[in-house]
Amino acid sequence: MIAEAGLASLWLAAGLAALQLILATLSFRGAIDSGRQMRGVAIVQGVLGLISFVMLLLVFARTDLSVALVAANSHSAKPFIYKVAAAWGNHEGSMLLWVTVLAVAGAILALYSRRTSERTLVAALGAQAALALGFYTFLLTASNPFTRLFPAPLEGQGFNPLLQDPGLAFHPPTLYFGYVGLSVAFSLAVGALFTGEVDSRLARAMRPWVLGAWVLLTLGITAGSYWAYYELGWGGWWFWDPVENASLMPWLAATALLHSINVLAARGALKAWTMMLAVIAFSMSMVGTFLVRSGVLTSVHAFAIDPQRGAFLLVLLALYVGAAFTLFAVRAPALREGAPFELVSRETGLVVNNLILSVILGTVFVGTLYPLFIEAVSGEKLSVGAPYFNAVAGPLALVLAMLVGVGPLLSWRREGRPVLRRLVVPALVGATMLAITILVAPAIGLLSRAALAVGMYLIAASVVPLVSRNPFRAPLATWGMVVAHMGMGVALVGAAANAAFTQERLAVAQLGETLKVGPWLVQLQSVRPTAGKNWTALEAELLASRGQGRLTLRPQTRYFTSPQAETNEAAIETFWNGQLYTVLGKQDPSGGWQLRLWWKPFVTLIWLGGAMIALGGAVAMAGRIRRRRRAARNEWLRR
Amino acid sequence: MSRDLRFLPLILLALLIAGLVWRLATPLDTNVASKLDGQPVPTFDLAAVIPGKPGLASSDLARGSPRLVNLFASWCVPCATEAKVLEALKARGVAIDGIAIRDRPEDIARFLARYGDPYERIGSDARSQIQIALGSSGVPESFIVDGRGIIRYQKIGPITADEMPLILARLEQAK
Repeated sequence: MIAEAGLASLWLAAGLAALQLILATLSFRGAIDSGRQMRGVAIVQGVLGLISFVMLLLVFARTDLSVALVAANSHSAKPFIYKVAAAWGNHEGSMLLWVTVLAVAGAILALYSRRTSERTLVAALGAQAALALGFYTFLLTASNPFTRLFPAPLEGQGFNPLLQDPGLAFHPPTLYFGYVGLSVAFSLAVGALFTGEVDSRLARAMRPWVLGAWVLLTLGITAGSYWAYYELGWGGWWFWDPVENASLMPWLAATALLHSINVLAARGALKAWTMMLAVIAFSMSMVGTFLVRSGVLTSVHAFAIDPQRGAFLLVLLALYVGAAFTLFAVRAPALREGAPFELVSRETGLVVNNLILSVILGTVFVGTLYPLFIEAVSGEKLSVGAPYFNAVAGPLALVLAMLVGVGPLLSWRREGRPVLRRLVVPALVGATMLAITILVAPAIGLLSRAALAVGMYLIAASVVPLVSRNPFRAPLATWGMVVAHMGMGVALVGAAANAAFTQERLAVAQLGETLKVGPWLVQLQSVRPTAGKNWTALEAELLASRGQGRLTLRPQTRYFTSPQAETNEAAIETFWNGQLYTVLGKQDPSGGWQLRLWWKPFVTLIWLGGAMIALGGAVAMAGRIRRRRRAARNEWLRR
Repeated sequence: MSRDLRFLPLILLALLIAGLVWRLATPLDTNVASKLDGQPVPTFDLAAVIPGKPGLASSDLARGSPRLVNLFASWCVPCATEAKVLEALKARGVAIDGIAIRDRPEDIARFLARYGDPYERIGSDARSQIQIALGSSGVPESFIVDGRGIIRYQKIGPITADEMPLILARLEQAK
């Protein structure tokens, strides 16, 4: 019954999306005035979507094996949390989550949007309904998550053990919330292009969505990176894998959008460009979803490889992005640009930020899809790997980081003050770091050295906007910006330190043997079998010491029974100045055990930086909400 | 934004969609094209391992008609599943020779008794030297060698029943 209820709500929601689209079309033509009804429809549609997803969670929580999706992706012996997480750890469930978030986002837009004109909101809700309708059709015709199996199997086939990890249980939903949050920016942009009301009111309506989506994308990417780092056991934190790139591209576009939208909100400038970015940010989310779901690119993430589903998603992608780009081509020339600005101004700073981010986005995009195009044209197979991305995106990121220190100090329209003088101290910090690395570590790579210096400079430069004023009277949004910019510097330092100073040791160790990695001495004490709820494992006991003090690490090789699979559980010990990372491999014919040991100085700064960037976004958002509340209260008091 | 640029996003999108449509229509072929295509078989002379069955030398592979050389091992599970397909190929008139990789005579004899013996000759490559010279990285792998001792095709992994027509066509081409 639960599965049927879920399916019924899905059908109803699809029907309401169609109704919402029709109402939008009619009222946009002036035939009827249905703004209020449309809001109601959008809200009910969101509720029905949510009910449908909750029903899916219920069948997974109860391990109802008569539902095909549960039988294929779950198992009665799994820990409860992974039974629930399995609901979105597969193609159908994750697409349902996608649509649910889309519908709920539409409902929230209908509930809370008071800033845009009614006409733009109606057009935006229409666009949101059109998006939802396509994905409902996809679910109901090609990816029904509620299909029954008869007879029901006695046991499920289990869930990919790599995904049975708390980090990963929440990584895809976080990314999805981010992806789909951008859909609202897309719909608002499309709506505004229809009505021609691209102005600062629109920017203010769009900003919380972009900010919120961006915070979640940042968190999702950071968490995904940490998951890959500790779960895959390769010791790397970013692999430039197509699917990682697919999540990075919307983030880059959203970052650019987040900055350009401020220009539109404050100065009414960069109209066409901001609309373009809003369209591109969500388009990149759809491209990302397509790449993950169709399996067209060779990737470690190839979960669901099905050309027919891929074709369906591709049609949706072409339809939506094509329509938005066409609308843009027709309407953009009619947009009047707002207030002019001079060469040295905050506007210019944000334009440069946007240009660099766009070039990085283009670089990642080209690198990700280049192999496909080369093979299509010449039949030659090749792959684009980390060396290309690091060589192109790395220096660009450094230039961007240099300018991130300058931008916030500029004032709107024109800057007359000698701004660079305020950056003397940060520049000295960077130069000192450079000198230290040359003295202490003369052999490290140029890019790593530059990144260490620039990262330190940026950490110092990011607080300058707070220095000249009383920091406790600065708006929360400024604090958010400072934290996020500092996070970028912290992440740069972490990435550079990891690249420059990581020590690796790969060896076969006999029991009792001691290996040296970096400052550490690691002794293999024993290897013993152990067991968990749905796995058995071989567990090594390693005794590590540097100078005084000892600690024990227990890396495992886990064997899962349903489905049969083997994973490496790295044992990682974190210190203030780095991580000791140990992996247990296979037994050698000689009786020794393969061990991989890494000493990674300051590697944790990468994710700390990512978390700071997200925190900065959250603080800025809190500031905007507080300011809005105050404004509303003042208005109420004046009445 | 300049008026001339406004159609650029649409053009780029069309390119992207065209590329993705192409990819969906021609699924990724993960078989790596062999560098040894068109190269002569390296010279070798492998000893016999089974009583009554001759060993295999490179000169045996240049006797006028194409042959399938199958690298296998008794300890290799996919090889056991491939054995049925090799039998079927033999029934279709394909001449098959075997190279046993890192194996022991008694194990090979047991393997052949259990899963069938499609081989005309079997050479023993106990230390993988010929396997490495052939550019093979694992078992099972198969090479199609034409009548003049030139490698025409390298199949990595077991030949499945679906792939029999492909192998037969390649053998035909090698004539």
